[in-house]
Amino acid sequence: MHRTNSGRLKTSVSASLADARDELLIAGPFSQGISNAMKVLVPVKRVIDYNVKVRVKADQTAVDLANVKMSMNPFDEIAVEEAVRLKEKGKASEVVAVSIGPAQASETIRTALAMGADRGILVKTQGEVEPLAVAKILKAICDAEKPDLVITGKQAIDDDSNQTGQMLAALLGWPQATFAHKLELEAASAKVEREIDGGLQTLEVKLPAVMTTDLRLNEPRYASLPNIMKAKKKPIDEKTPADYGVDTTPRLKVLKVSEPPKRQGGVKVKTVAELLARLKDAGVL
Amino acid sequence: MATLVIAEHDNKTLKDATAKTVTAATQLGAGVHVLVAGQNCSAVAAAAAKLAGVGKVLLADDALYAKMVAETMETLILSLAGGYDAILAPATTNGKNYLPRVAAKLDTPQISEIVKVVAPDTFERPIYAGNAIQTVQAGAGKKVVSVRTTAFKPAAATGSAAVEKVAAASDPGTSKFVGEELSKSERPELTAAKIVISGGRGLQSAENFKLLEKIADKLHAAVGASRAAVDAGFVTNDYQVGQTGKIVAPDLYIAVGISGAIQHLAGMKDSKVIAAINKDEEAPIFQIADFGLVADLFKAIPELEEELTKLGA
Ligand SMILES: Cc1cc2nc3c(=O)[nH]c(=O)nc-3n(C[C@H](O)[C@H](O)[C@H](O)COP(=O)(O)OP(=O)(O)OC[C@H]3O[C@@H](n4cnc5c(N)ncnc54)[C@H](O)[C@@H]3O)c2cc1C
Ligand SMILES: Cc1cc2nc3c(=O)[nH]c(=O)nc-3n(C[C@H](O)[C@H](O)[C@H](O)COP(=O)(O)OP(=O)(O)OC[C@H]3O[C@@H](n4cnc5c(N)ncnc54)[C@H](O)[C@@H]3O)c2cc1C
Repeated sequence: MHRTNSGRLKTSVSASLADARDELLIAGPFSQGISNAMKVLVPVKRVIDYNVKVRVKADQTAVDLANVKMSMNPFDEIAVEEAVRLKEKGKASEVVAVSIGPAQASETIRTALAMGADRGILVKTQGEVEPLAVAKILKAICDAEKPDLVITGKQAIDDDSNQTGQMLAALLGWPQATFAHKLELEAASAKVEREIDGGLQTLEVKLPAVMTTDLRLNEPRYASLPNIMKAKKKPIDEKTPADYGVDTTPRLKVLKVSEPPKRQGGVKVKTVAELLARLKDAGVL
Repeated sequence: MATLVIAEHDNKTLKDATAKTVTAATQLGAGVHVLVAGQNCSAVAAAAAKLAGVGKVLLADDALYAKMVAETMETLILSLAGGYDAILAPATTNGKNYLPRVAAKLDTPQISEIVKVVAPDTFERPIYAGNAIQTVQAGAGKKVVSVRTTAFKPAAATGSAAVEKVAAASDPGTSKFVGEELSKSERPELTAAKIVISGGRGLQSAENFKLLEKIADKLHAAVGASRAAVDAGFVTNDYQVGQTGKIVAPDLYIAVGISGAIQHLAGMKDSKVIAAINKDEEAPIFQIADFGLVADLFKAIPELEEELTKLGA
């Protein structure tokens, strides 16, 4: 139940063993030959692992990311899982994982490839890239790749912006289905159940479309060792924002990053009656 | 130029989130207009017109907006955007859905979930599950901002603005509302309740959540849950409190059988008073709780109910 969304690729494997297994597993994707199957694009972001508690740097310019464990954004694992399941069901013919970030973001793409994506595109950037710039790069990639469906995470757990998928949809002029809880893909449309404030809502969107994942869309798999090895042979294209004509200069200026006010732990009470008395004293009952 | 606030409502009632977003908008120093987009929602527009600080209410009453589908909201807001310097929406699932589309089309970055207006172009927003606060300054161009409503007080209902009808904008026709399954409850809304009692994996079953509901009814509280409780199917998704669920800041938050993971704390640590009931005295929730009771919840909760009955609640 309590799954760790991280570290699944950290095990190192002896190359010889892996190569031997690889031969057996390299057989072609079983969805090949399906005529009207779709192409799915999945943007994956490298973020601080969700278990890490961040600290703000003393100079208040940013949070300290030195020597911190990084993983694929958990919502993006859900996105990859959904795309790979579509492929396994024969509904998708190809799954392309894209990451925009530093050279190490290729590890994030490898994780997606090990889960079952077919190939990757790494757009190498330096420094922070704002969601709007990420969306512009993704738009250019969509113009070239012509996917039928893009699945992004609903939010990245570092910046918590919850914007990129929606921005991409708008730039492409495509419909969107955010916070997806359940997907039913048809030939020219997708029926998506969404997690909203009041409960669940179902939308039907025409394809091509952008969908963003919520927590309960699926439970992502752990990549198997053979698939991790197999992923090493899958291609990753390297690009730069300039290849897509996108300027990634930040438009917002971060003046400061500071610690939130600390909450002090209070007192332990011994009984329910004492708890109630304290809450009354505090004026909240 | 004025600031446009997009109203949150269900076609019948104006949500508290709107009044709080208006408060943030007034802090930008310019006039504030409110856009009410919906269907048969004139009562909502009338309520918005009463909010202090609102100069004008724009009413787009059309079937296109009945469910605030993102694509139609985008074209509507863009059709009005020319007259405004800043566009604000509450960070509800609706606001999060349509607002980034507007920002992208205006070619301006969106500033998500502000908790403070430092200056008309400078805002504070939490990042990394609230473990850091970023102070960010917008560049030239329109500002598109979503507002974490728990950080702002609602504007009072003392105003009297005019309501002006605006025409529906084009329908991209690419998405269709099919249906919805809304949780029905007589209890206050989770994000607006003064008291919230939340249960976690420790509750063990949907059946046991009823124990919390009984307490909630006595306290006029809303019921919330941890992600683990939602994933396990004890309650539906709309109960989830946390970084990736709902953000709440009631006067009193009671956490029952919840360990206190970072992602959960991100959704409730701004509550005025936090009480926790957990059988594990090492549970991280106790590090932030004002009042902690180390106890088996299956003993403590029935006792709590009894005590409250004695108090005549
Ligand atoms: C002003 C500002 C300052 C920042 N400062 C810092 C900082 O100090 N430290 C820091 O670590 N970050 C910082 N960031 C965040 C970083 O730049 C984010 O990558 C960027 O803002 C995207 O936001 P997000 O990931 O929260 O988007 P979201 O909209 O929350 O992401 C949703 C989804 O979009 C996709 N996506 C988003 N980004 C990428 C990507 N790069 N590649 C592939 N897919 C992607 C993923 O599918 C993701 O699940 C800052 C951002 C801004 C705007
Ligand atoms: C991407 C991502 C997003 C997430 N978003 C959220 C979010 O928005 N909200 C959220 O809540 N979580 C979120 N999580 C999950 C979070 O990390 C924790 O797993 C979750 O909050 C744990 O829920 P819990 O405290 O109910 O369960 P547990 O951690 O299992 O804790 C159960 C607690 O109940 C206590 N208990 C058990 N039995 C009893 C008893 N009889 N009496 C008293 N106490 C008892 C135990 O001592 C324990 O402390 C997210 C995780 C990820 C990866």
